[in-house]
Amino acid sequence: MSRAALDSLVAAFPQHILETTDRLGDEVAIVAPAGLLEIANWLRNSPELAFNMLSDVTAVDYLARNPRFEVVYQLYSVSKKHRLRLRVPVGAESPSLSSVTSVWLSANWAEREVWDMYGIRFEGHPDLRRVLMYEEFEGHPLRKDYPMQQSQPRMDLRRKERDAVEEYKTLYVDKLAQARKAEP
Amino acid sequence: MNRAIADALAAAPERGVQEDVMVLNMGPSHPAMHGTVRMVLTLDGETVIKCDPEIGYLHRGFEKQCENATWSQVFPYTDRLNYCSPLLNNFGYALAVEKMLGIKATDRCNYIRTILGEMARLADHFTSLGAGALELGAMSAFLYAVEARDHIWDLVEEVTGARLTVSFARIGGLKEDLPDNFAERWEATEPRLWDVIKKLDQLSTKNRIFMDRMMNTGVIGADEAVSLGFTGPVLRSTGVAYDIRKDSPYFAYDRVDFEVPVGTNGDNFDRYLVRLEEMKQSISIIRQCLKGLPGGPLNVDDPHIMLPPKELVYNSIEGMINHFKLIFEGIQVPAGEVYSYTEAANGELGFYIVSNGTGKPYKLRVRPPCFYFMGGIDRMIEGGMLSDIIPTFDTINMIGGEVDR
Amino acid sequence: MFSPIDFAILLLKIGVITLGFALPIGGLLTLYGDRKLSALIQNRVGPNRAKVFGIQSSLLSLPQFVADGIKMLFKEDAMPDNADRFWHFIAPALALLPAITLWAVIPFGDLYCTGTVQVKDYMDVCVGGEQKNYFSIANLDAGLLYVFAISSISVYGAALAGWSTNSKFALIGGLRSTAQMISYEVTMGLSLAGTMLIYGTLNLNEMAQQQGALLGGWLPAWGIVYQPVAFFLFFIAMMAETKRAPFDVPEGESEIVAGYFTEFSALKFGAIQLSEYVGTIFVGALVATIFFGGWQVPFLYGDGFHFGSGGVDIAVPYEGVVALRLVAFIAKTLFFVLLQFMLRWTLPRFRYDQIMNLGWKILLPISIANLVITAIIVLAF
Repeated sequence: MSRAALDSLVAAFPQHILETTDRLGDEVAIVAPAGLLEIANWLRNSPELAFNMLSDVTAVDYLARNPRFEVVYQLYSVSKKHRLRLRVPVGAESPSLSSVTSVWLSANWAEREVWDMYGIRFEGHPDLRRVLMYEEFEGHPLRKDYPMQQSQPRMDLRRKERDAVEEYKTLYVDKLAQARKAEP
Repeated sequence: MNRAIADALAAAPERGVQEDVMVLNMGPSHPAMHGTVRMVLTLDGETVIKCDPEIGYLHRGFEKQCENATWSQVFPYTDRLNYCSPLLNNFGYALAVEKMLGIKATDRCNYIRTILGEMARLADHFTSLGAGALELGAMSAFLYAVEARDHIWDLVEEVTGARLTVSFARIGGLKEDLPDNFAERWEATEPRLWDVIKKLDQLSTKNRIFMDRMMNTGVIGADEAVSLGFTGPVLRSTGVAYDIRKDSPYFAYDRVDFEVPVGTNGDNFDRYLVRLEEMKQSISIIRQCLKGLPGGPLNVDDPHIMLPPKELVYNSIEGMINHFKLIFEGIQVPAGEVYSYTEAANGELGFYIVSNGTGKPYKLRVRPPCFYFMGGIDRMIEGGMLSDIIPTFDTINMIGGEVDR
Repeated sequence: MFSPIDFAILLLKIGVITLGFALPIGGLLTLYGDRKLSALIQNRVGPNRAKVFGIQSSLLSLPQFVADGIKMLFKEDAMPDNADRFWHFIAPALALLPAITLWAVIPFGDLYCTGTVQVKDYMDVCVGGEQKNYFSIANLDAGLLYVFAISSISVYGAALAGWSTNSKFALIGGLRSTAQMISYEVTMGLSLAGTMLIYGTLNLNEMAQQQGALLGGWLPAWGIVYQPVAFFLFFIAMMAETKRAPFDVPEGESEIVAGYFTEFSALKFGAIQLSEYVGTIFVGALVATIFFGGWQVPFLYGDGFHFGSGGVDIAVPYEGVVALRLVAFIAKTLFFVLLQFMLRWTLPRFRYDQIMNLGWKILLPISIANLVITAIIVLAF
């Protein structure tokens, strides 16, 4: 069932698909980073495939390999009931990928976690900050070169919180004022 | 709908609304934040304009820790993920590793896993509904629900030896078989569970105050829920009938007859009703499984995977070497990756495992259902009132251990 | 005019009613009810560990609550840095004092007759002696007005407690409580206006006396027979006034931690809790007085039981009558306290805007309609 999905994906984007595999009943496509956003949009919008849920985004750190990281997307279609996995290899020097938040809303927090744990940036993400760790944490814990036992430097007591009123003004009020000014 | 209200509030700078907003920190230590979550709320009077949840207070480094443990040593860690239904986590992980190894558990094992999994689901739903009633002020309903949960845990203790941190599954099977009197003990426990379900129903479902609090609060639409990655009872309450037990059956779910309750509005009341109905279906599944429980071997008969029986370990050198290698080096799982998914009490609990051929996982990723609820909760809360956060938070059943791992 | 003996009796009455009934029953016994009774409803045991020196049995857990009171006296009094010290100190007193002062007008029994009692027209007439006020602190002719006035002051306690703490949760709690209390005071007053029309007096003791009449020779003419709608309205309004569940949004518990008394500890917390419990009992007493006959025992009058319109059927000595009436009043009060507890432990709490909705859009029109209909009926008959 999902074999057909994989085949149509390869047929539509032959230049971006590096490899496909079908082991253990999971269909996997290894995708080049440049084509990620385009493929994501196509996968969601195509009527026969209709991958409307992004179940999970995670990354794997293959330390002894180049490219070092691989970001893994688990996709599911609620209407067609088939699954697909996309693996996107990312290099180690300033790793970054385009964000798929505009395609699936669940990518928002999932990509935040990948940034938190692995240090892979996502271009176009609306709010890329750490989600599980605290802001002043140094390093990215799930990388293979982050040791199991590592102590962090002491933090000073936070005197002022993230000023939500300031953020509210910049995010909502000012933007709306600008949008109104831009209207003819 | 809530989005429209939030936008409308944001779009009123002429009214000077930004001078009136108040930032309130519903902090990690708060009676209603299950398992410590911090929400920074921007309030205009009692209406929530912006909500920013902050998680991670219970992050214990599950994934990093499992990279240092053998495949079997991961089981106690999985207990502590969704600590209200630990058996479901255990079985989900065991299923993932078995999929990677390419083996199938025996029939008897599958039936017993189904029974214990449904019992764990019952315990989780009792906790969720009880805590929901408690935080709305109906404390008696909470105590009835935890009494019922206690009966389930007594039964779980007789089977596994522990109430909460069970570590009952093994790769290829279970730790041990059901006790002989399990069927009679279930017959004795079941009427008590029905009693409590009926009481919860009477105290809440037709209660005017309860309905007023829960209806049309925390609403989410079906398309938005799917895009946000919601699964489980939360998604089913919006009208999308996605249940892994029906769509890709595992264990014994294709051999029992049960219905999947689906809601319509996607509000808190629907989530409450979906959970209540699921409890009734769980009891029916357990009854059917007990009736059709097959005999035969419990565990897979493979010395590379299962520990040999103790008589062989102590009395023969092959048994001792087998045991030694399995404990010290771990099960040698062939290299590769797999994503395996089961229907936990809150939704799709996925395990994405990468192995490099040794006895320890190279990467073990848990796809926690509640993480995505927390990602999407600001859409359910913004535009509503401060008091609506409480039932919304309850009915999505955010478990700290699962979100933060 | 005001002899030393009268003064001594006044002090004794104040002492017995407030320190002997309101505070102990309010504080300890209601706390007992709150924890042991709720334990009974919730199928658990409740606290039972505190024991008096050496006595092994737990004595129905009564020492537990004495222990609670003593503990509260000795706790550290923590105050937030930026809190307003003076008002933080005064607010619990402002919450507790009105609650206790309200007890001044509640009649625990009829005016004591030093002569002989004859029964005429269902009322006790005192012949040959004078009527002494031994069973209420003050026999005010404007008793009900006094009740409304003093309960309006209790709004200040909650509002100041919430504001002076300088914490956002407490502020939300204080604001909610203020709005809720002043909203329900309107309904409270209007629902009792009907009873004022029927009894023609504001004196609580006279209201209780008039409820001794028998309708049709057999039905005690209690307030609830004349004004059933007002009873429900008043009960709900008073539960909202004393911030009892399901109206306990100001003390939120799950939403705003403890609402307006979040940052109070030790005896200040005790004072606020006590004010809530004393208020609960007061509601019971007031409802019993106005709607359920107060100290009236059905068919019992100054010289015995009168079944039917003839003479005495069962003669009871006057002291016995007085004692029976006292017991009846306390029993009725405790019944309503029990009713409030059952409501608290069963129902979830309202959302804040639903409370306002209920108070202004539903209860107020009903109470106005009640008043108008009562007025028409009183005029017509």
